Amino acid sequence: MITFEDVVKVYPGGTTAVDHLNLELPTGKITVLVGPSGCGKTTSLRMINRMVTPTSGRILVDGADVSQQNEARLRRSIGYVIQHAGLFPHRTVLDNVATVPVLLGQTRRAAREAALGLLERVGLSAEFAKRYPAQLSGGQQQRVGVARALAADPPIMLMDEPFSAVDPVVRAQLQAEFLRLQQDLGKTIAMVTHDIDEAIKLGDHVAVFRTGGRLAQFATPRELLAEPADDFVASFVGRDRGLRSLSFDSAAELPVRPVDGIDLDDSGRPLGLPGVFTKDDSLRVVTDLVISSPGGIAVRVGPDGAADGLVSHHDLADYLASRRS
Amino acid sequence: MIQYLTNNHVIVWQALQEHLYLALLPILFGFAIALPLGYLAVRFTWLYHPLINTFGVLYSIPSLALFVFLPVILGTKVLSPVNVVVALTIYTVALLARTVADGLRAVDPVVVQAATAMGYRRTRRLVDVELPIALPVILAGLRVATVSNISLVSVGSLIGIGGLGQLFTRGFQLFYLEPILIGVILSVVLAGIADLIIVLVQRAVTPWTRAA
Repeated sequence: MITFEDVVKVYPGGTTAVDHLNLELPTGKITVLVGPSGCGKTTSLRMINRMVTPTSGRILVDGADVSQQNEARLRRSIGYVIQHAGLFPHRTVLDNVATVPVLLGQTRRAAREAALGLLERVGLSAEFAKRYPAQLSGGQQQRVGVARALAADPPIMLMDEPFSAVDPVVRAQLQAEFLRLQQDLGKTIAMVTHDIDEAIKLGDHVAVFRTGGRLAQFATPRELLAEPADDFVASFVGRDRGLRSLSFDSAAELPVRPVDGIDLDDSGRPLGLPGVFTKDDSLRVVTDLVISSPGGIAVRVGPDGAADGLVSHHDLADYLASRRS
Repeated sequence: MIQYLTNNHVIVWQALQEHLYLALLPILFGFAIALPLGYLAVRFTWLYHPLINTFGVLYSIPSLALFVFLPVILGTKVLSPVNVVVALTIYTVALLARTVADGLRAVDPVVVQAATAMGYRRTRRLVDVELPIALPVILAGLRVATVSNISLVSVGSLIGIGGLGQLFTRGFQLFYLEPILIGVILSVVLAGIADLIIVLVQRAVTPWTRAA
């Protein structure tokens, strides 16, 4: 657990970057710090590994004040990923990943061996090991950045806009892989982003900052969409938050009507549709299908891919209305 | 020319050795001094301009004047090779301190920050990260300094120490073209070989600059 206790950061010149921040980042979860530029989110992140020193207040990692710990040793125990990856241009991919283990005293050979396994873990084949960062795409560099942060198996990871320098397609891919990786690893992660959609997609908790370094709301993504604390959060979260909040609701309980009037193949699979949903999908997926399908009907399929129910505009509207009451 | 060489090969060989030693020793000393100076100029930004300007002025002193004045300052004998070594060391430092500083300043701050955040302490970060990344710039400066030193040594012959330069003075005194030609050719070849060696070293130690 990472705890901010009444943390203030005033820069020389008088700008208040962080204003009396109290925050707990739970162990094993992803906490996203989000807000407009100049809201102190990056400063807060960088105070955790002492890249920035607070003006007052304390930051505790599992109860221990970070200011009492040896700087270099503290940083080696915390993974760090930044926007443009910040890879060492003069080192091969493999040696970049092996950096922290070598700093911790491992032999280069052992560190490289472990690094090879990590590359695979972040989706890079062994052929990348001997390349230099300049020979990689932005997305590949970012993968190496993540592998490098994971190399010493730190319990905590700090990520500063890790996916914002790549194009939207690669970003979505990296985000999905990151979530999968986190499911296996269960690190305590603090991530900074200015993108509220990314915060909602990735965060177990989201801390919304407002300009001037004040915490506006700390909540789960679902709570944030359903009950924004004030107008600032509501406007920051965006106008379509009702629609987006449907991503957190399962379609499992959604009543369906019998399959009728659509084209099926021999094994009962629907034909000629832009998409179908299953019980595991969210209501947002269903809504999108209802809107985009030509007949205004979303088709549910079972595990075998055969259609087992239909949902119309009306059904969906009725269901959403019934949930509200 | 062949005739001159066969008759004087001992003198020519000695002159060549002396030339090499007078040119390269200052490179070693100069590099050893320029490295910490260049680092300090980056570490303490207020030092950068005073330091660079001072060396700019030093570099503009004519070499002959320096050769003549150094014995007065150092208390060395006028004919001592120390004068030439010290003078060329000053030029080397003047060239390299700036190159080292500029090379270090050109290292991407994001990379330096990443290194710090991963737990590098200052000294190891300098040795493992900043200097290797600055190396292409530093080695480019080293090439200029080396070639420049090799040509400057000859000026020392005007005060009696000058490696291959002595072949020039001898030729002028005797109105004899051969030693002058041999001196020129050997200086050029020497500079070429020294430059080539540095280029080869650079290729070997900075393979990453050719990636991408």
